[in-house]
Amino acid sequence: MQPFELVRPKSLTEAHTAFLADEESQYLAGGMSLIPTMKLGLVAPSRVIDLSLIPGLSAISRTGDAIEIGAMARHCDVARSPIVSQYLSGVGLLAGGIGDRQVRNRGTIGGSVANNDPAACYPSAILGLNATIKTNLRQIPASEFFLGLFETALQHGEMLTGFRFDIPKGSHYEKFHQKASRFALVGVFVSVTNDLTWRVAVTGASSQVFRVGEYERVLDAGGGPRDFPGEFTSPAMSSDIHGSADYRKHLVSVISSRAVGQLMQSMAQQH
Amino acid sequence: MSEKICVSMRVNGEPICRDVSHEMLLAEFIRNELRLTGLHVGCDTSQCGACTILMDGDAVKSCTIFAPLADGTSITTIEGVAETPAGRAVVTAFHECHGLQCGFCTPGFVLSVVELVTKTSSIDETEARQAVEGNICRCTGYHNIVRAIMQAQSELAGA
Amino acid sequence: MKYDRSAEAAPKRIGDHALRVEDRRFLSGKGRYTDDVVFPNQLYAAFVRSQHAHAEIKAIDTTEALRMPGVRGVFTGADLKADGVGAIPCIWEITCKDGSKMIEPDRYPLAISKVRHVGDAIAVVVADSEQTARLASRCVEVELEPLRAVVTVGDALAPGAPVVHEGTATNLCFDWSIGDHDKTERAFSSARHIVQLDLVNSRIIAHPMEPRAVNAQYHPAGSEFEIYTSSQNPHLVRMLLCHSVLHVPENKMRVVAPDVGGGFGVKCYVYPEEAVIPWLSRKMRSPVKWTADRSETFLSDAHARDHETHAELALDDDGRVLGLRVSTKANLGAYLSTWGPCIPTYLYAPMLSGQYQIPVIYAEVKGVFSNTLPVDAYRGAGRPEANYVVERLMDVAAAHLRMDRIELRKRNLISRNQMPYLTATGMTYDTGDFALCLTRALSAIDYDGFEQRRADARANGKLRGIGLSCYIEACGLSPSRLSGKIGSRIALYESGQVRLNPDGTATVFTGAHSHGQGHETAFAQIVSDMLCLPFEDIEVVHGDTARIAFGLGTYGSRSAAVGGSALAVSSRKVLEKGKHIAAHMLETTVDKVAFKDGIFSSSTTNKSFSIKEIARSAYIPHNFPLDNFEPGLDELSFYDPLNFTFPNGTQIAEVEIDPETGACEVCRFIAVDDFGVIINPMIVEGQVHGGLAQGIGQALLEHCRYDEETGQLLTGTFMDYCMPRASDLPSFEVSYHEQCPCTHNPLGVKGCGEAGTIGGTTTIMSAVVDSLKEFGVTHIDMPATPEKVWSTIRRSKDSPFQGQQR
Repeated sequence: MQPFELVRPKSLTEAHTAFLADEESQYLAGGMSLIPTMKLGLVAPSRVIDLSLIPGLSAISRTGDAIEIGAMARHCDVARSPIVSQYLSGVGLLAGGIGDRQVRNRGTIGGSVANNDPAACYPSAILGLNATIKTNLRQIPASEFFLGLFETALQHGEMLTGFRFDIPKGSHYEKFHQKASRFALVGVFVSVTNDLTWRVAVTGASSQVFRVGEYERVLDAGGGPRDFPGEFTSPAMSSDIHGSADYRKHLVSVISSRAVGQLMQSMAQQH
Repeated sequence: MSEKICVSMRVNGEPICRDVSHEMLLAEFIRNELRLTGLHVGCDTSQCGACTILMDGDAVKSCTIFAPLADGTSITTIEGVAETPAGRAVVTAFHECHGLQCGFCTPGFVLSVVELVTKTSSIDETEARQAVEGNICRCTGYHNIVRAIMQAQSELAGA
Repeated sequence: MKYDRSAEAAPKRIGDHALRVEDRRFLSGKGRYTDDVVFPNQLYAAFVRSQHAHAEIKAIDTTEALRMPGVRGVFTGADLKADGVGAIPCIWEITCKDGSKMIEPDRYPLAISKVRHVGDAIAVVVADSEQTARLASRCVEVELEPLRAVVTVGDALAPGAPVVHEGTATNLCFDWSIGDHDKTERAFSSARHIVQLDLVNSRIIAHPMEPRAVNAQYHPAGSEFEIYTSSQNPHLVRMLLCHSVLHVPENKMRVVAPDVGGGFGVKCYVYPEEAVIPWLSRKMRSPVKWTADRSETFLSDAHARDHETHAELALDDDGRVLGLRVSTKANLGAYLSTWGPCIPTYLYAPMLSGQYQIPVIYAEVKGVFSNTLPVDAYRGAGRPEANYVVERLMDVAAAHLRMDRIELRKRNLISRNQMPYLTATGMTYDTGDFALCLTRALSAIDYDGFEQRRADARANGKLRGIGLSCYIEACGLSPSRLSGKIGSRIALYESGQVRLNPDGTATVFTGAHSHGQGHETAFAQIVSDMLCLPFEDIEVVHGDTARIAFGLGTYGSRSAAVGGSALAVSSRKVLEKGKHIAAHMLETTVDKVAFKDGIFSSSTTNKSFSIKEIARSAYIPHNFPLDNFEPGLDELSFYDPLNFTFPNGTQIAEVEIDPETGACEVCRFIAVDDFGVIINPMIVEGQVHGGLAQGIGQALLEHCRYDEETGQLLTGTFMDYCMPRASDLPSFEVSYHEQCPCTHNPLGVKGCGEAGTIGGTTTIMSAVVDSLKEFGVTHIDMPATPEKVWSTIRRSKDSPFQGQQR
């Protein structure tokens, strides 16, 4: 691997300063995406800033009607959290299905969201729950965060510190695996608020996470998956050796229906 | 910037203190610096899990962690796994169930399973198959590994 | 020294479920693989590889790499050639149907003037550390002028296609045939039914979990090489490197294949790196090591399968097969790998008769060069491809005749009382009871109850299918005389040496190599059984040319049948000599000495001696009649098999498909295998499991894909090449038919290593197609990925799922 300088700051300010001091800086959260890409020589930062020693970035807590998850909370922390399981069950399911057990023991929600891999699971939860993204500089609504393939609204040196989720009435995540990588070929996060507003957010199918407005409108109007229209508007479907655009589009419909069906079923059982 | 970073950790119970280069991976540190060559590296994209170790009790892929980040942790490799009851049970089960053939993925598999049987109880075969998706074995077809997980689990439950 | 005889009455160990002795080191981290070996003053090498599939090398600039601190040298193909390093030979020569020889281009360890596949090695960097070597390898500037590439056999054979090897008119390496063309034509011309099938046997990669590695050091004092390599076949590596590549005497080269982390065929060749690293160690006067990472493995290990086949079966109204006609185009890749041309010819076409009485067969195979990695053996090697052709045809024929698949097979099976049976392709099956294995498999899966299970699945929205494969393989390669006739440049016997030490322990040397198969256990069982020595007192040595007389390695399910047989013959020789010693000590004649339960005795006296006592005496022969026999008790044999062995059986499986996504789940998998005598049922079962996982992997998950325009490898990491994981597979139900031991080797064993890939792939594809039969589907190509299954359903006119949105 290309040599670099590893910096291990103990505060956000220190991290930010360290980042700006080198042109080729890179933040390191869990490293589950960054380190393999560095090993393959696809990225070669000259300075890597490890965020793991900064205190207070991995807490999971409830404040009133919201759940806060720190950016450095690992997937295994989120998957095991009783708070998440009670109030954001879809997020718990999603976190418990990322990669594999070893990856979940290192990978973090902040790293995943900041990386914005088009096939990563987490962006769908952020968008599907209309979360607020907190950084060292500001708060960003989910709708303004994901800008494209591996692109986010994060500015140079800006780093994620956590996420705030308004507690929904229910949420669920369904993933159809790309079996080699364990990423989502198509993943769908659905949520419904207490005033019965639905969100359907899709990852894996396109260059970035997107919502399916047609499905949401059907659900908001009290319909179900059977009423979903055959067509929906979305960014261009991805097409690669693991799935053609046609197939991905079809999977969006199938997996969305299943996600919604599951959520409706579990909510019905609760009542 | 200094060329090396001092790291100290416990490896299989032994305190270790070394200067390592910033970019050294934990897998490289354990294999090349500590010469604990039971740790194997089978891929470069974090899929195969051959390099799995326990880090503060968590199964992690040591090929995807920079060595300096292991500072202050306690690490268990295959060389030290049999020091604990769970480790002994898993090692014995792999042997008795013929859960290994060429032995290359085995150290990582054993450590992954040690975490699994330590942190879970009474999982069934289907769950066990799901739970080891972070380890690839090309020899056994997993059948006997799954049997070994079941045996180790019931051994520990009975203990 | 006094021996306790009671402890010597060892139990019969053949057939015993003995736990493996090698596990102790593997489970404590004490295994020693090639990359674990570090010599003093160790240097490290990294290769510069082509990023183009086909290009002329215009210039190589090593200046920047050489300037990097820690870099000790950068070398190219020209350097090797100037030093007299030769091309890596192919060990099989195919004679074409017109009598001409195959085209055999030179394969130099580092490319000279032209690169022919992505990953073709161009230069090598030597440095103080692995990291420096790798970083410097990225700084070697290679100017390549890209040429048009060919990837598929179709494109490679098209008129006007660019040729992979200059100086040849086309990319055709050989055009070979087997069987009787005219008789087959006649059978087809009068047949009532002809079924046809075009199929592709997909390209896959073996991927043992240990990436290949080589570590070599040169001892100038004796001009000797010491080479550690991750190989299934160390003596072959030595022989080919010494004879053809480095031109050194064999007694000046020691090749060690220590613990090897899986092979599956892909480590039984001689690779360019195995030539370059020893050469570097001599050049640098310092040990040099190279270890591939997985990405490099994708670009440097041989690939496998990759056939395009048109096959036809002629039948009468009753479903009796009248003839088989097969035409296959086999992708050989850019160069002939060590065994390359033998796989799609002699390891493939002779087995096209399968388990069936097929009166006439004609098969032709075109071997084709392309700008892809060389293609060579992978577990099964040719025989899975043959089984796939004949068994897919049987399914398609049954559908055509509207006959049950089982019934069609039963009408054509070779029966037990027809053995030995000579096939139309010239193989003589010595023994087997195919119908019995089939019947047992059907009963194990409750074949009669299947339609109910299909209906139950349907009620749950799933499509359930059942599939089977009646397979037979030719294993235990192979009689030397025959091998020579069909083009082999090496022989395929095996050596086995049984040495009784003075203390009565035994050291056993085998030319086979264990890389997961558990020879240290199974071979000890054989010798323990034959010499009645305690299992624990037997040490098995393999994988070192300095310790083992000679060897031809492990592949083709040959270790027990050929290597084990050599040990059986040597054990007999030990007993024979033991009898001479015993006769002397018992003061009787040899013909009066009996050996039973570890004791030599004679009816002429009350005295008796244990084999351990005899061993001790053999080394202290103070009063021996040394004119009659020599001291010592150490016997070596070279066992040359009389025929192939023919493991066979029936594998049967059920799958369920989710018609909405196309995802396929393997619900049950049953194998009833005839491996002859089983030495260790636990190890054999493990071999079957592993083979099945790989077989299922090819059917459902694995696919090595190239961009057909550029020749770029699209599946270059495990992120894109799908390795089977535990959750992709079922538990396997394996049982054996042991009543038909091999008739021509001393142990009665047939071999078990490849059964899983030979039957498994076909079985799953048969089940997948069956699950889709309501849509009129009779065949789909591998792998049956969710998308492929889904689009097959969608294309079907009859699909009740078409356009349905739930």
